[in-house]
Amino acid sequence: MSILARASVEDMEARLADTPALPPHRVIRGPEIGLTMLRGRAGGDGAAFNLGEATVTRCSVSLPDGTLGHCWRLGRDRRAAELAAWLDAALQQDALRPALLDAVVEPLREGQAGAAALTARRAAATEVRFATLQAMR
Amino acid sequence: MRPAFIDPVFGAQEAFRALMDAMARPGRIQRCDVLPDLPEALAPAAAAALLALTDAETPVWTDATGEARDWIAFHTGAPLVADASKAQFLLATRAMPKLSTLDSGTDETPQDSATLIVQLDALAEGAGWRLTGPGIEHEHRLDAAGLPDDFAAQWAANRKGFPCGVDLVLCTGARLAALPRSTRIEEAG
Repeated sequence: MSILARASVEDMEARLADTPALPPHRVIRGPEIGLTMLRGRAGGDGAAFNLGEATVTRCSVSLPDGTLGHCWRLGRDRRAAELAAWLDAALQQDALRPALLDAVVEPLREGQAGAAALTARRAAATEVRFATLQAMR
Repeated sequence: MRPAFIDPVFGAQEAFRALMDAMARPGRIQRCDVLPDLPEALAPAAAAALLALTDAETPVWTDATGEARDWIAFHTGAPLVADASKAQFLLATRAMPKLSTLDSGTDETPQDSATLIVQLDALAEGAGWRLTGPGIEHEHRLDAAGLPDDFAAQWAANRKGFPCGVDLVLCTGARLAALPRSTRIEEAG
């Protein structure tokens, strides 16, 4: 689900183009945009504090057999929230799950892992090692 | 699972307006038909009232089960409580709980009392009870079928504790009427 919640609507639609059609869905709630409070904790053992608010979009859909799919994602992309909720419902169907995992979720996961690795490498290149401080220890 | 308001903003506003008019004019029937597709056990007016009034901070009690209960939990986001005396809003789809068992607020905070929404078999103006009190110029006649036999006595006891007391919303299908705690009921003679 975290992969679908991060993926852009274009990425999801491109991956869906060559999978069997998803069963029809019906929107139960939303897609609607709201705010959620982000909470943080300093150093892992500090008291929790309110960091700020973030925009989230949520959507719930149901399939004809009653399966529910939900999506809550950062940002204001209503179409992406609805599509991710639809995929969430379809992924609970045993008949569709393997095909969707292979065609949609895995490629998206690799793409996101690659992007994260790239960012990490770029950040690593700018790391500064304070040799003097290290030598003093 | 079935959807709630088609348009969340206008649906909630229309439901709230109907409730406000109903409370301001006790016993007058208002229409509120903004929920075309509902679980069978729920009346459209009662469900709209619940959606307009409740959220995560208002404990809700209901005797609805199965799909209807899931629908309420999902769309209102309100905590469902098993103990009727702890609830701020109550929805009775069958027999209503006794008014004396509900939270009627305190003298300092009478606004915290419970609001009971009851689904009835029938609701008609022009016959039955004689209603008087704030919001009614002379008297208003309302006939409600499906309330317990000792309802008049329960209501009289509810009025005694004013300003504390429970407010009542009576619903049939897409129609609703309210009985605020200040309204006097005389049985038709």
